[in-house]
Amino acid sequence: MVDPIKVYPPKPTHVYFYATCLIDMFYPDAGMAGIQLLEREGIKVCFPEDQTCCGQPAYTSGYHDEARVVAKAQLDLFPENWPIVVPSGSCGGMIRKHYPDLFKHTGQEAKASEIAARTWELTDFLLNVCHIKLRDLGQPTTLAMHTSCSARREMGIAEVGPKLLGQLSNVNLVEQVRAEECCGFGGTFAVRHPEISGAMVSEKVDTLTDTGASEFVTTDCGCLMNIAGYAEKNRKPLAGQHILSFLWERTDSGKGGKS
Amino acid sequence: MSQTPSENSHHIDVKEFHPRARAAIADPKIRQNFRKAMDGLISKRKNAFEGMDLEALRELGANIRLRALANLPDLLEQLEAKLTENGVKVHWAIDSDEACRIVRNICVARNAKTVIKGKSMVSEEMELNHYLEERGIEALESDLGEYIVQLADETPSHIIMPAIHKNTGEISELMHEKTGTDLSNDVEYLTASARQQLREKFMNADVGVSGVNFAVAETGTLCLVENEGNGRMTTTVPPCHIAVTGIEKVVGNLEDVVPLLALLTRSATGQHITTYFNMISGPRKPDELDGPEEVHLVLVDNGRSTIYQDDQLLDTLRCIRCGACMNHCPVYTRVGGHTYGTTYPGPIGKILMPHLIGLDEGRHLPTASSLCGACGEVCPVKIPIPDLLVRLRQESVDGDKLNPAKVRGHGAKRGTLEALIWKGWSWMHARPGVYRFGTAVAARLRKLQPGKLGDWTKYRTAPKLANKTLHERMKERGE
Repeated sequence: MVDPIKVYPPKPTHVYFYATCLIDMFYPDAGMAGIQLLEREGIKVCFPEDQTCCGQPAYTSGYHDEARVVAKAQLDLFPENWPIVVPSGSCGGMIRKHYPDLFKHTGQEAKASEIAARTWELTDFLLNVCHIKLRDLGQPTTLAMHTSCSARREMGIAEVGPKLLGQLSNVNLVEQVRAEECCGFGGTFAVRHPEISGAMVSEKVDTLTDTGASEFVTTDCGCLMNIAGYAEKNRKPLAGQHILSFLWERTDSGKGGKS
Repeated sequence: MSQTPSENSHHIDVKEFHPRARAAIADPKIRQNFRKAMDGLISKRKNAFEGMDLEALRELGANIRLRALANLPDLLEQLEAKLTENGVKVHWAIDSDEACRIVRNICVARNAKTVIKGKSMVSEEMELNHYLEERGIEALESDLGEYIVQLADETPSHIIMPAIHKNTGEISELMHEKTGTDLSNDVEYLTASARQQLREKFMNADVGVSGVNFAVAETGTLCLVENEGNGRMTTTVPPCHIAVTGIEKVVGNLEDVVPLLALLTRSATGQHITTYFNMISGPRKPDELDGPEEVHLVLVDNGRSTIYQDDQLLDTLRCIRCGACMNHCPVYTRVGGHTYGTTYPGPIGKILMPHLIGLDEGRHLPTASSLCGACGEVCPVKIPIPDLLVRLRQESVDGDKLNPAKVRGHGAKRGTLEALIWKGWSWMHARPGVYRFGTAVAARLRKLQPGKLGDWTKYRTAPKLANKTLHERMKERGE
């Protein structure tokens, strides 16, 4: 019943980088930024070539057989006992919270639980395992942040993004009204219930622009696609970025990590 | 088991969720009324728990409910024995139909013509008012919100605040039209008018019907939480009181009630305690001056014992009906309670109603969620609502051969095309070589990417494929 207490591991020499399919296809810059931030912290990043998708889209749509087939193909990608870092609260939550359920009473149950236990959302990992110290090299700016629902509630890391951004001396982080409310993405929800999702994202964009910020960052590419896509379509003065891209761009002196 | 207790015009096609949602979203009044009300309730709840160890209290609440459910059959027997000893007559109803018949038979035996009702969601589930009225017995709601909803010939749009979809102006017009009160935005005047109209009905009612918040097995006590005093009137003024409740409402002892009550009132309305908390232990004793001559309890199953048989779905029955899940639900806030077309709207409705009406009829309910988790986060008894939604989505498409679906009407949502798409998706994503090839080709052909992606691009631009996948970039890096 009691939610397990999160015990952070000591800073490791290596991590596995699990990119997620959205980063892979749509936001590879955010993935590269995450990798470079880790490398700058002196961590060797292993990118398993055979990674595809965590299986979440099928899982939340109810197609658990199909989700299990895809998830099973990910289980053998992490043979060493290194942490698995994921630049997404949603996909991280899928592995950490739902893999054990998905493989319950199967031959992969123990393996799935073992992998789940060493899976971390990347910003959480940077802050609380790497104890990253960021030096802001950017111009003064006002920024809003949307923490995804899975990052906030499943991974319990609502504080992480603001803490990291708080380290940036030239960034004025402003909070929108109803910051904890969902942006309306919800994976297939956005296309199964387009009007409801549309109403949610329109209000999210309004509250974000009401802060006076013209850019926002988020932990998850789903929310980013949704919020930035709505702002773009409706010509709202709001641009979005993955938080990892933002952190890297503001702190990269040009000699940080290898790229 | 019949699930539509009475043939009446109020039967709503639950499957027509989408058109109702579209209409609600296009209605600025609905949007405003709900947003304003929900924002208020969210902040009241937050303030009410200020300075308390909410997580510890929720944990305790969850465990009390789990313990009660673990011993449910024994507790129900103990409750029946104790109530019988206290002079309360206990009835068991397998479904709404039987529950309605029991209430009617009690009325007929007493030659009762008028029934006054306190707020009871189980009686809504039974559609008791219509059942009685069709059989010549007048049933009048005495809770102010329920009274308004009844005047408007509607159903409640919220389980705690039944008329929350209406603002003061709309209520004033309704009361003016139906009862002749003056048009006014003065809430006190409107409330006083309703009270005056109801007072007379209380005095003349033959039977009072109420719900139950907690039925205490050890002492045979029926606890009733309310703010208007109408619950106390309903249960003490008429000569006969009939309480109706679901079989899951039983708890072990009075000590269990204390934390549950603390959670209920704070979660529901942000109150530390309600104005009235009634503990009903039996009919009037010979030396007592007031109270009913006769007290009945109708314990309604209506699908609950089927839910009880599944270890995961069982969590649905922990619910203490506070409504916090709907107050915090971004979907409920946008579409309002009537869109769901079910007795219980919002997140709790989405996980409970499929069992009551079947997953074929309720197929859209589990999908109407972004799985944001706000409901599970505020639930005072920690029902993992998002997990149950995913479970019901699986059931509605027969999506798991290892854990075959069992809810009535399962598989109704499985479409050939969608199943095929997920099969293809799964085939590709389980083959890393195919995936890498496919995504790299897509990146090359990104200029051909359609600008329109169905309903997604009605509101947003399409996400843009990058010119190289991260896989390719890592390969170039020589990892």
